[in-house]
Amino acid sequence: MKQVWEKIVEGILTCSGFITSITIVLIVIFLFTEAFGLFGNKVTEEGYVLAVNGKNPVRELSAVQIKDVFDEEITNWSEVGGPDIGIKVFRLEDITSYFSEEELGAEYDKAGECIGKVVADHPGIIAFVPAKFIEKDFPGRLLKDEHISFSEVFAGKEWFPTATPAPQFGFVPLVMGTLWVSFFAILFALPFGLSVAVYMSEVASSRTRGFLKPVIELLNGIPSVVYGFFGLIVIVPLIQKVFDLPVGETGLAGSIVLAIMALPTIITVSEDAMRNCPRAMREASLALGATHWQTIYKVVIPFSISGITSGVVLGIGRAIGETMAVLMVTGNAAVIPTTILEPLRTIPATIAAELGEAPAGGAHYEALFLLGVVLFLITMIINFSVEYISSKTGAGFGRKS
Amino acid sequence: MNKIDAQHVNFFYGDFQALKDISMAIEEKAVVAFIGPSGCGKSTFLRLFNRMNDLIPGARLEGKIQIDGVNIYDKSVQVDELRKNVGMVFQRPNPFPKSIFENVAYGLRVNGVKDNEFIRHRVEETLKGAALWDEVKNKLKESAFALSGGQQQRLCIARAMAVSPSVLLMDEPASALDPISTAKVEELIHELKKEYTIVIVTHNMQQAARVSDKTAFFYMGSMVEYDDTKKIFTNPSKEATQNYITGRFG
Repeated sequence: MKQVWEKIVEGILTCSGFITSITIVLIVIFLFTEAFGLFGNKVTEEGYVLAVNGKNPVRELSAVQIKDVFDEEITNWSEVGGPDIGIKVFRLEDITSYFSEEELGAEYDKAGECIGKVVADHPGIIAFVPAKFIEKDFPGRLLKDEHISFSEVFAGKEWFPTATPAPQFGFVPLVMGTLWVSFFAILFALPFGLSVAVYMSEVASSRTRGFLKPVIELLNGIPSVVYGFFGLIVIVPLIQKVFDLPVGETGLAGSIVLAIMALPTIITVSEDAMRNCPRAMREASLALGATHWQTIYKVVIPFSISGITSGVVLGIGRAIGETMAVLMVTGNAAVIPTTILEPLRTIPATIAAELGEAPAGGAHYEALFLLGVVLFLITMIINFSVEYISSKTGAGFGRKS
Repeated sequence: MNKIDAQHVNFFYGDFQALKDISMAIEEKAVVAFIGPSGCGKSTFLRLFNRMNDLIPGARLEGKIQIDGVNIYDKSVQVDELRKNVGMVFQRPNPFPKSIFENVAYGLRVNGVKDNEFIRHRVEETLKGAALWDEVKNKLKESAFALSGGQQQRLCIARAMAVSPSVLLMDEPASALDPISTAKVEELIHELKKEYTIVIVTHNMQQAARVSDKTAFFYMGSMVEYDDTKKIFTNPSKEATQNYITGRFG
């Protein structure tokens, strides 16, 4: 009887273990399949085509070129490898300036014909029109519409997912924004966190420690939106004033808020690691004539280095994945940051802000999932590298002798 | 002049009196063993000689302890300088999470020795002195944790010797070791007494009889008897000592 019960308990435990792993794997698979659907999309918006005059030798344009053409930053075909003719941009709504309503027909049923005429008449034209208006004997030529390419996404310098006719899905500004904010956050948090950890574990009296530790742990429980609020009300205006900026919502504000949020993790984990340093080890050092500080940095810190690293990494993990607080204080401009005193936008903030307005299954939606994949890979790389580092430094220097 | 001279030492952990009016003189280059049942204060007394008890909050000392004629609890005494002169080996081997070489070099480095040639020379010398050199000379760069318990303890002895102390305190140095490693450590103590004044705390009475010149018997925070080892083990003057060494209690 007893054994049957044990078997049942064992079975339940095994099941729950399996179910958890399977769930995680499914989530990852879901993330990846949704994300890589992006590369099945065409560069131009779905259901639309780009048409040029039949004599125009240009066969295709990249997404960036299309955007620049329609933003009128490129105004001559010679800039994209064509003849020296000025580019004339034509959108469907422009058709009324060429034809009267009667000519177009009541239900736009003659629009196809009219578009064909316009395209044939203007050698420099580029027309962005619904595919359904393109008739069989269309006199112009359609530009080849490529799938969105890997390099356009991962090396693209512009994130403009709602641009027409060609949305821009360049990840570079978002990835850079994330890395910048996290990097500066860790830059601020590391020295502070480590000094507080050393103070608490080595210097502070047990009474001070008994007071400080719960306070710092309390910081961990504050919802991130509250940190964001604090950042918006206190840090943002302060930065604006101190650096004399037009806006205070900058990467720096995000870094500071993130640093504050990462502090409790760094402090508690590395403090615990240092306190785990055996008394015998400290006594051995002191007995050799080392001072208190020599003992701290030559024995206690090396001994607890793997614990300290994991604290730091947990802190970085929190910084990279943090959404709400960053969304509130960084200004969210998707541009490649050149200084930390500019508005920038991080990956999680982008996903949070845009997923609601991206139509499910569309290119924008899939691009956001791909951002999620990138974020996932970044954190995974960090975790693996840390495990590697701590396994290297920890080799033979394990806790137990 | 005696190497160590303790006069009327009383020691308290908060309200608890751990040591009661102990006076003892230890000669230079002698080996003195402290024996007694657990909790009798022998380790506490030993740890007074390098002020290790300073680390314990609420600890308080009355009386005087002189080493080389200097009161080590005087305000002018630098604790780290004192500890350089009075080395200590602990009950459990406690090497640092560093290489074998760096473990021995540690004391020199924290005391400001920069000359790498000297450090290398000194490490070799002390590892030879601790009878460990032949076993580790090819793996000095490896972690000290890779050594066996007995080797680790001899490494700790080498580490203590590296800063050239004149006194070595040993707090049950062989209690965590197997008999063969214990024999090696005892052999080492015989060698070391040519150069060092050694105070050793031990639970093992045969060990005390084997290695020491003089033995002190502690009981309940008092020093019951302190005399030549031979006399203590053959003809003790106090009945309590007699009972303890014959195994009637403790």
